Amino acid sequence: MTRFVVPLAVFVVIVGFLLIGLGRDPREVPSPLIDKPAPVFSLAQLDQPSKTLGTADLKGQVWLLNVWASWCVSCRDEHPLLVELARAKIVPIIGLNYKDEPQAGLGWLGRFGNPYTTSVIDRDGRVGIDWGVYGVPETFVIDKQGTVRYKQIGPVTAEVLEKKILPLVRELQKS
Amino acid sequence: MMSRLATASAALAATLIIALAPLSHAADAVPTAQDPVSASRAVKLAEKLRCLVCQNQSIAESNAELALDLRRQINEQIAAGKTDQQIVDYMVARYGEFVLYQPPFRTTTLLLWLGPGLLVLGGFVILARTLRARPRIAGASSLSDADRERAARLLAGDADGRNS
Repeated sequence: MTRFVVPLAVFVVIVGFLLIGLGRDPREVPSPLIDKPAPVFSLAQLDQPSKTLGTADLKGQVWLLNVWASWCVSCRDEHPLLVELARAKIVPIIGLNYKDEPQAGLGWLGRFGNPYTTSVIDRDGRVGIDWGVYGVPETFVIDKQGTVRYKQIGPVTAEVLEKKILPLVRELQKS
Repeated sequence: MMSRLATASAALAATLIIALAPLSHAADAVPTAQDPVSASRAVKLAEKLRCLVCQNQSIAESNAELALDLRRQINEQIAAGKTDQQIVDYMVARYGEFVLYQPPFRTTTLLLWLGPGLLVLGGFVILARTLRARPRIAGASSLSDADRERAARLLAGDADGRNS
């Protein structure tokens, strides 16, 4: 009897692990930045390059950092949602225009709408590296103390926005 | 005839180009560096780090934009006099331990490190038990006395094994 039971049990355990593995997205790497201070930057603004905007200017409020680029195809998927979110004026969205031509970025915003309170230029992607960006679009939630609280890798979906980002933003705004 | 030869040589050329393409890519990974010592350090470091865009390539092998940027970071930090450990820590702080091809030994990676050893050990246990059980299996199928006698006669050269 054990001759069959033991291999069967081993088989079932392996299948169980493989099944769990199937449901996970290997592209989603947990960010080591969660609950750590947001990496500091001070960058030129996309529409007014003579002015800068930095993490220091955003202290004391909850804000979103959305990494985008005009060459990023899946940024278009989340864009209508961001525009809608911006219209609701719940939380400021700062855009990090990542490895993009500023002119192309401005043109893109003109065509699809501009949900960003301000966009800043990260032409060579150095700030992106500091934030551990590897798959544009990415979205971070930063709290009043300047701590990173959440990271969304890939496009923001309506579900993620409703179930994760907005409840977290509301909670952080209360504290 | 000529055209067939031409087709064949074109095919051969195409095959060679495809076969040699990886070599030219490999050359891309060499940093535009400095002195040979720093250059080899940069390559060694880049080989230890995983590219997050194409996850089964190191940042030395990958041609993804991010890998290029990270190779540039490595070169700059070496030029700035950072140690290898400092550069690895820099990458881990930004991208997590996932960037390390050789994960550190700790409780969460215990099974990862010891798993293969445990499997081999388990294999040996099963092998030992099977081998020990074997004489019993062989014993169970032993011959009767009459069979033995007949076998002995056959071996002695009595072709049909019957009494003459």
